[in-house]
Amino acid sequence: METADPAERIPEAVAAGSQQALMSVRGLGIRFKTAQGVWQATRKINFDIAPGERVGIVGESGCGKTITGLSILRLLPNNLSRLDGSIMFDDIDLASCSTRTMRAIRGRRIAMIFQEPMSALDPVFTVGHQIAETLRIHTDVSKEAARAQTIDMLRRVGIASPERRIDEYPHQLSGGMRQRVMIAAALICGPQLLIADEPTTALDVTVQAQILDLLRNLSETSKTALMLITHDLGVVAETCTRMITMYAGEVIEDAAVDAALVRPLHPYTSGLLRSLPHLSPRLGKLPSIPGRVPSIAEMPDGCRFKARCPHAIAGCEAEQELLDAGDGRKVRCWRFRELELPGALQHAASAPIAGRVIRQ
Amino acid sequence: MPLASDGKADPIVSVRNLEVGFQTMDRRATVKAVDGVSFDVRRGETFGIIGESGSGKTTIGRALVFLLKPTAGAILHNGVDPQALPRRQFQRHRRDYQIIFQDPNAALNPRMTIISSVLEPLELAGAGTKAERLSRAREAMERVGLPQELGERYPHQLSGGQKQRVIIARALTLRPKLIVCDEVVAALDMSIRGDVLNLFAELQRDLGLTYVFITHDLSVVSHISDRIAVMYLGRFVELGPTESVSGRPLHPYTQALLSAEPLPLPSTMRSDRRIILQGEIPSPIDPPSGCRFRTRCQYAQSLCAEQTPAWRELEPDHWVACHFADRPNFSPSPQ
Repeated sequence: METADPAERIPEAVAAGSQQALMSVRGLGIRFKTAQGVWQATRKINFDIAPGERVGIVGESGCGKTITGLSILRLLPNNLSRLDGSIMFDDIDLASCSTRTMRAIRGRRIAMIFQEPMSALDPVFTVGHQIAETLRIHTDVSKEAARAQTIDMLRRVGIASPERRIDEYPHQLSGGMRQRVMIAAALICGPQLLIADEPTTALDVTVQAQILDLLRNLSETSKTALMLITHDLGVVAETCTRMITMYAGEVIEDAAVDAALVRPLHPYTSGLLRSLPHLSPRLGKLPSIPGRVPSIAEMPDGCRFKARCPHAIAGCEAEQELLDAGDGRKVRCWRFRELELPGALQHAASAPIAGRVIRQ
Repeated sequence: MPLASDGKADPIVSVRNLEVGFQTMDRRATVKAVDGVSFDVRRGETFGIIGESGSGKTTIGRALVFLLKPTAGAILHNGVDPQALPRRQFQRHRRDYQIIFQDPNAALNPRMTIISSVLEPLELAGAGTKAERLSRAREAMERVGLPQELGERYPHQLSGGQKQRVIIARALTLRPKLIVCDEVVAALDMSIRGDVLNLFAELQRDLGLTYVFITHDLSVVSHISDRIAVMYLGRFVELGPTESVSGRPLHPYTQALLSAEPLPLPSTMRSDRRIILQGEIPSPIDPPSGCRFRTRCQYAQSLCAEQTPAWRELEPDHWVACHFADRPNFSPSPQ
């Protein structure tokens, strides 16, 4: 397929592909007041999520992925100084709409689940009560109907004997079951978008596989879009179709998962992939990214990754924009066309992953 | 229970039928966190222990350095039972067997400078003069790649990766022979993890250290270990060289664990033959009879409830506890 020279495309033309986007985030930036002054946590965040699409937001701690998820539902801390930009969701700007409008959307059209289900569930109410609460607030169903729907939802999230479980308290359930209850509560009103912030990080790997499977299946059957926030590239590869990489408060790459894994365009995405122990020869030296993420108080000008980037040259100190790289890909690196960066395919034959890979 | 290894010359640690139990809060029941485990750790190797939460892997690690007292069984260091040593000698002995934990924040005193934290074990041991101790502490910091000027700082001024290096330096000051590493990279970000794992490998090469590496992360354990033990509900289910355990797992639990790990690979290269286990790990207060994995095992039969599977060496150096692991059509692909 012939594509136009990416440089000739204007940014609006890219966004035009998102006519049917469920949610369009443009220029989102979050600033906080602290004792040391105003700190900018994220800036210039642009991305779209299409109806039913599963998008992974990846990055290391402090990159702004969680706060971006929270800002969509305006669940922000009190020391918020300013929310810049817009979050268009079905002609409503979530960044500026009234609290009343927000309340009608939260839980009904956009729902969110968190890492630690035990702290998100109230220990003194039954799980059935907590799931049905969302339903009773947003719809005028009868108590009996709400109970029937809750039982049905518990069954859909894979909880055995839901008629009995509905009257149990959170402490009576295992960690995996609690996360299933959270998913049931989030999906009971049939939202168009589910934001999941590290939903499996606190779970064991065998239970994680169950929950990821469940999220993927529910998203497919109910056409709920999924925004999955995680630090684990494996989780994104297994669950999502598109991957947005964040670094130091900015989106630095946005691409289909397979494309980003095979041939990452940003040096940071490539560095992250290469540093995974799965992909390196056993007992060999792991490639690592030198240095550390710049502190929020002293962000460098221009490319925020340049101090750690093996490809940094003169010119990287210029302000970096999210460039269109063709095929629906975007990258915040002006050198992306000349760099040939290694991805997940270059793993060694003795890498721990090698024995478990289906050959092409 | 037969020995876990065929007595390969001169193990640094020998564990025989180890049991570690805890009483429940109401003192009505005993939880056997470790229930009959035997293995040897060979000099200079990295011995990986992998398991999910509640499997007992951390309890084994703590018992190996006698932070927990075994309820039954024996742990020998270099052929000697340290618990039989007189108190003073036991304390001296402990210096050779160190442990490093997951959370570097919890392991460093926020009110002490970095250098005084690194110096502390040397001061407790009363080793050498003050100047000698200081030079040994500085040497340890240099060894792990920490610049000297960090010595005067406090823990909150360091990054997570730097703090974990401080902990490693502190463990090195007493020149141990063996270090138990309990989830040492779990709290670190991906890009930092590689650096710290590289450091462990380098220190092993240069100082001849032996590691017991405890983790829930398959990719980490299979990268760094020479041998891997897989733990489930207080017992080992499989033990063998890393290549054969991760390449040709014999126990159905190991097979499920490997297939459950999310791989950062494009869809064309991922296997869709995943084994998704039902349910979660049962309570160790009342473990299933016979094979403890049988409640979640797709191959379970009545024999599995009746008899505890024997610990068998099915391939050279590769041990497994499963009645059916040597059945010819026993395959990891579920249908």
